[in-house]
Amino acid sequence: MMLLLTTEIPNSADGELSFLIIGLWIFLLAIFTGIELITKVPPTIHTPLMSGANAISGITLVGALYCAGTGYPFLGQLMGFLAIAMATVNVVGGFLVTDRMLAMFGSKKGKKKSKKGES
Amino acid sequence: MGALAFLSLQSVELVYMAAAFLFILGLKRLSGVKTARSGNALASLGMALAIAATLVRVGTEVHWWVLAGGVGLGTVVGIVLAVRVQMTGMPELVAFFNGLGGAASACVALAEIGKFVGGDTGGASVFGVRGADFAVAVVLSILIGAVTLSGSLIAFGKLAGKVNRNRFGPIGGRLLNVLLALLALWMCHLAGFSDGSGGLVFSYHLILAAVALVLGVGLVVPIGGADMPVVISLLNSYSGLAACATGFVLHNNLLIIAGSLVGASGLILTRIMCKAMNRSLVNVLFATFGEEDSSAKDEGYSNVKAATAEEAAPILDAATSVIICPGYGMAVAQAQHKVRELASILEKGGCEVSYAIHPVAGRMPGHMNVLLAEADVPYEQLFDLDQINGEFQNTDVAIVLGANDVCNPAAEKDPNSPIAGMPVLSVWDAQTVFVIKRSLSAGYAGIKNELFDLDNTLMCFGDGKKFVDELITELKDQ
Repeated sequence: MMLLLTTEIPNSADGELSFLIIGLWIFLLAIFTGIELITKVPPTIHTPLMSGANAISGITLVGALYCAGTGYPFLGQLMGFLAIAMATVNVVGGFLVTDRMLAMFGSKKGKKKSKKGES
Repeated sequence: MGALAFLSLQSVELVYMAAAFLFILGLKRLSGVKTARSGNALASLGMALAIAATLVRVGTEVHWWVLAGGVGLGTVVGIVLAVRVQMTGMPELVAFFNGLGGAASACVALAEIGKFVGGDTGGASVFGVRGADFAVAVVLSILIGAVTLSGSLIAFGKLAGKVNRNRFGPIGGRLLNVLLALLALWMCHLAGFSDGSGGLVFSYHLILAAVALVLGVGLVVPIGGADMPVVISLLNSYSGLAACATGFVLHNNLLIIAGSLVGASGLILTRIMCKAMNRSLVNVLFATFGEEDSSAKDEGYSNVKAATAEEAAPILDAATSVIICPGYGMAVAQAQHKVRELASILEKGGCEVSYAIHPVAGRMPGHMNVLLAEADVPYEQLFDLDQINGEFQNTDVAIVLGANDVCNPAAEKDPNSPIAGMPVLSVWDAQTVFVIKRSLSAGYAGIKNELFDLDNTLMCFGDGKKFVDELITELKDQ
């Protein structure tokens, strides 16, 4: 397991299938995990769920940061810059706005309580 | 990775693993409204860890304008957007973020191709040098990412009311979309699998991106404004899948996991939205439904009784239970604060107030809930379609505010109706129904609403916010 995870980006024809296959396994399991988790999210917070998902999809930033390394020609650098900027907007903006929304949902403690107990 | 990298690949992987764990834990905590905020905090902690480990790993041999410039610009824009957005503008913001996510993934893939052609390829194809999985992952990242970007921008424009279908000419036509899709596939093949100089290979990828951008416009332009909840959810899913594809490009498990979680989330929301309209995804995406202008269809009603605020207020005053059913009209009129004020007055008089939220009320999943939460309505008073439909028969007054098709009895009673079988709020079971609406015009489905003709329905014509305000004034006087 550790060996497979630590394989550097392979340039040889031998190593190349291994990541693809492991990646597909991870993809499969993560999709199912996601479905199980998201099914349980109450409809009331579906909007914060979407903006939170936006923030998580900003994970592309982790990939984009590597593009800042040397070895990229100018066009590659430009693309890297755009990718980093856009993914950062997603991460920063996504988590912030989600928090803003969820704070509104959670701030009812001190205030008047709902009288509706049944139904 | 250079010798200046401080963290070993293994250590970075372990941090990524922790980040993936925190993402999953964070999403798990979204299953309760009370724990949701801490869930979001956990997910952002995971993201911070992953970014920090990556920065250390990338080291200092970098192009600083790319790294610091990108992060700085993104941070400023992100903060400004998140702090300044109005809750009514959330659908637009989410659409915009979806687009950025897709675009970022496409750009990473293009940067990798830039690096590839910058090296010595000897005129061989991407496939020939890097293998099939890299070549396919790159073109998929670009394709999905670019479609997500342009599709989201069109969705953004539609939500903001700035996109007019007619200005796009042939774009959005079904035949043209098929041709564009075929062209995109052909470009995928050329980009990934044909030999050529580095410049040529890079150009193919750029052309692929351009074709995919046009395709994204063509796919979203024909879709009606009221189908936006489905489209936004689907694009949300695409932005995750694009990140996933980028994970395959970079051999990064964390991107695959996070991308899949987002992809799954978008898919589930898409499914919920489709079910709430009793339509299949294919039908939403490819059948033009209610796109025709339906503003002038207010004939055909025979039993309409209009009521002024002065006439409606006594009925409300006497009611002991009221259910408010908000729709997109409430968002347009920005009436949520007034609605909350009205509810407080009613509650003070001993009346029980709850809210019935149809899944597709508004322009995105959960849209109404966020608006009402902004107006300090306790979430315990917000009820789903299934939770509240049985309650209407025990209710004195149902107030339909800026909603239309989601409470059309034809969905249950007329098997030939275009919306037959769509789950609707059975507001007509209440003693009295107030429909607060500008006119008798049809909703997005472009059909007559029998509800307006029922004996227990009172039509309250006017702007939602203004009418509720008048009701408040009347009730205070009494």
